[in-house]
Amino acid sequence: MSEGHSTYTPKTGIGRWFDARMPLPRLVYDSFVAYPVPRNLNYAWTFGGILALMLTAQMLTGIVLAMHYAADSTLAFDSVEKIMRDVNSGWLLRYLHSNGASFFFVAVYIHIFRGLYYGSYKAPRELLWILGCIIYLLMMATGFMGYVLPWGQMSFWGATVITGFFSAVPLVGEWIQQLLLGGFAVDNPTLNRFFSLHYLLPFMIAGVVVLHIWALHVVGQSNPTGIEVKSKTDTVAFTPYATIKDAFGMLVFLFIFAYFVFYLPNFLGHPDNYTVADPLKTPAHIVPEWYFLPFYAILRAITFNIGPINSKLGGVLAMFGSIAMLFLVPWLDTSKVRSAVYRPWYKLFFWLFVIDAVLLGWLGSQPAEGSYVFMAQMATLFYFAFFLVVLPVLGLIETPRRLPNSITEAVLEKNKGGGGGHPARATAAPETKS
Amino acid sequence: MSATDIQDPNRRDFLYVATGMAAVVGAGAVAWPFIDQMRPDASTLALASVEVDVSSLTPGMSLVVKWRGKPVVVRNRTEQEMKDGEAVNLAELKDPLARNANLPADAPATDANRTMPGKEAWIVMVQVCTHLGCIPLGQEGEFGGWFCPCHGSVYDTSGRVRGGPAPENMSVPVFQFISDTKIRIG
Repeated sequence: MSEGHSTYTPKTGIGRWFDARMPLPRLVYDSFVAYPVPRNLNYAWTFGGILALMLTAQMLTGIVLAMHYAADSTLAFDSVEKIMRDVNSGWLLRYLHSNGASFFFVAVYIHIFRGLYYGSYKAPRELLWILGCIIYLLMMATGFMGYVLPWGQMSFWGATVITGFFSAVPLVGEWIQQLLLGGFAVDNPTLNRFFSLHYLLPFMIAGVVVLHIWALHVVGQSNPTGIEVKSKTDTVAFTPYATIKDAFGMLVFLFIFAYFVFYLPNFLGHPDNYTVADPLKTPAHIVPEWYFLPFYAILRAITFNIGPINSKLGGVLAMFGSIAMLFLVPWLDTSKVRSAVYRPWYKLFFWLFVIDAVLLGWLGSQPAEGSYVFMAQMATLFYFAFFLVVLPVLGLIETPRRLPNSITEAVLEKNKGGGGGHPARATAAPETKS
Repeated sequence: MSATDIQDPNRRDFLYVATGMAAVVGAGAVAWPFIDQMRPDASTLALASVEVDVSSLTPGMSLVVKWRGKPVVVRNRTEQEMKDGEAVNLAELKDPLARNANLPADAPATDANRTMPGKEAWIVMVQVCTHLGCIPLGQEGEFGGWFCPCHGSVYDTSGRVRGGPAPENMSVPVFQFISDTKIRIG
C-alpha cells in the first residue's frame, strides 16, 4: 500500500494544466481520497485527525489572541483580563485556547495509548512513532510556555520550578538556567522569550506533523489486528470511509470540548493563576497543568541520593527519563505480535500501566508529604518497570493467541458471530454487528 | 586530460576543505550572537547591588528586599535562634559547606560562617529554596528556621538545609555593613 499507482485523472482542462505543472491536486487526491486504509480501523484511529484539527484551532485562536496580548511583565496579566472583559468575543477565544490546549493533550494521550495498545510502533513504523514522540515533546514545551503568558502566580512559579530543573545539571546548569531566564530569576526577559517561542513552536509542530504523515503514508496505517494489509480486500478508500468516520469522531470530540468551554471553562485551570505574579511570594501548593502531573509526580518521587547523584538531579533525570522511555519503546518491546488483542498478558500489563499513569497524575496533584511520597515512589517504580522489564520480558515468555491470516478473515470471523477470535463476546452480545 | 594533470591533493581538494572550514567558522560566528542575546542583559546586571536600611529591625524581626529579582531576607535573630544555630553538630548537616559568598568556597557550615564577624545576630541570605527555587516561609518548620511549602524542604535558624529534597544551604550573597544600620547587598 506504500507507493500505489496514482489513479488521479484530472477532469477539467485547468486540472490537466495544473497537473502537468505542479501536481498538488494529485497529491491531495492520492493522500486523502484514494488512499487505502485498513477496513477494520476503530474509533481509536480517529484521533490523528482530531489532533490535526486541534493544532489548527490552537493556531487560529492563538494568532488572534496575540493581537490583544501584551508580552510585558507589567502589562501581561491586565491584558489577559482585558481580553476577557473588553475585547469582543475575547472571553470565548481565550477559553477556546486555554481549554483547547487541555483537549489537545487529551487527544494526544489517547493517540499515544492507542499506539501502545495496538503495537503501532513496531517495525516498520519506528520512525513514525519517534516523530510522534518529538511532536509530543514540542507540545509539552509549547503548553508550558503558553501557561506562563497570563503572568499569574502559577505561571510565575511553574516557570520558576521548571527552569529550576536545569540548575540541577552539573557544572553548566546555572549558566543554562540564566540563558533560559535572561536573568537571575523569572522576569520580563523570560516572559518575552517565552512568548516568542510559544508563537514559533506550533509551526515547528506543524512541520513535524507533515513528516509524521509522510512516514505514515509510506508504511501505511496499522490496525486493530496488527496484521499488515495483504490484499485489496483488506482495505477501503480513505474517502468516504475514513473521512466520514474521522468527521464523526471530531464532532463528538468537539461536543465535549464545547461543554468545557461553555460550562466548565476554568475546571482544568488553577484559581491561583487569577492572582498576578508575585516574585516574593510562593503559592502554598505549586501544581503544573494537569497534563504534566504524572511527570511532576515522578520528579518529586526521588527524595533520596543515588550514589553520586543527589536527589534534585535524580528527580530531574527520572522525569526526563520517563519521557525518554517512549522513544525506546520500539526496541524495548520484543514481541513479534503487534496488537494487545492477541497478547493476553500484555493486555493486562497495558491496563495496569494506564492505571499507574492516572495514579501518578493524581499523586502529582497532591502535596509531596506523608504516604503520598511512598505511593509516588512505587508508582514511579512500576512506570519504569513497565518499559524496562515488562516490555522486553513479556515478548520472550508470552504465548500469543492464534492470529487470523488476514484483516479480511478477522473481520469476517467477527461478523459471523462465531468462530476463532472472540467466542465469549460473540455469545454474550450476538446482536451487535460491530 | 592525462592522469599526470591530477596531483593529490589537488586544487579542488584544497578549495573544498578551505570552503568547508570557512563555513564552519562562519556558522559558529553567526550562531554565537543568537545564543549570546539570551544571557542576562546590561540592565539586569546593573541591578546587581542594593542598599538596605535595617535600623528598624529589633531582634526577632526580618525584612525582605528584592535583589536580582530574588528575595533576600535580612533577619535580626533572637538569642534563642542564635543558640539553636550554634548548638548544631556539623556532622548532622546535609550540606557541610557555608555557602557564604563572603568566605572561601570550602568554609564549613558553622553558624558563625553563615553570618558576618561581629554581627552574628544578622542573617542575610537569598530566601530561595535550593531545590527548585520556591520561596520558603520564615520561622516555620521543625527547626524554627525556614520551611519550603513546595516540596517540603526544612532549614534551620541559620538557613542550613536540614531535611527534604533541597541539596544545599540557602546561599549568603556578597554583602557588607556600610554603617551600623545599613547593609549593601551585592
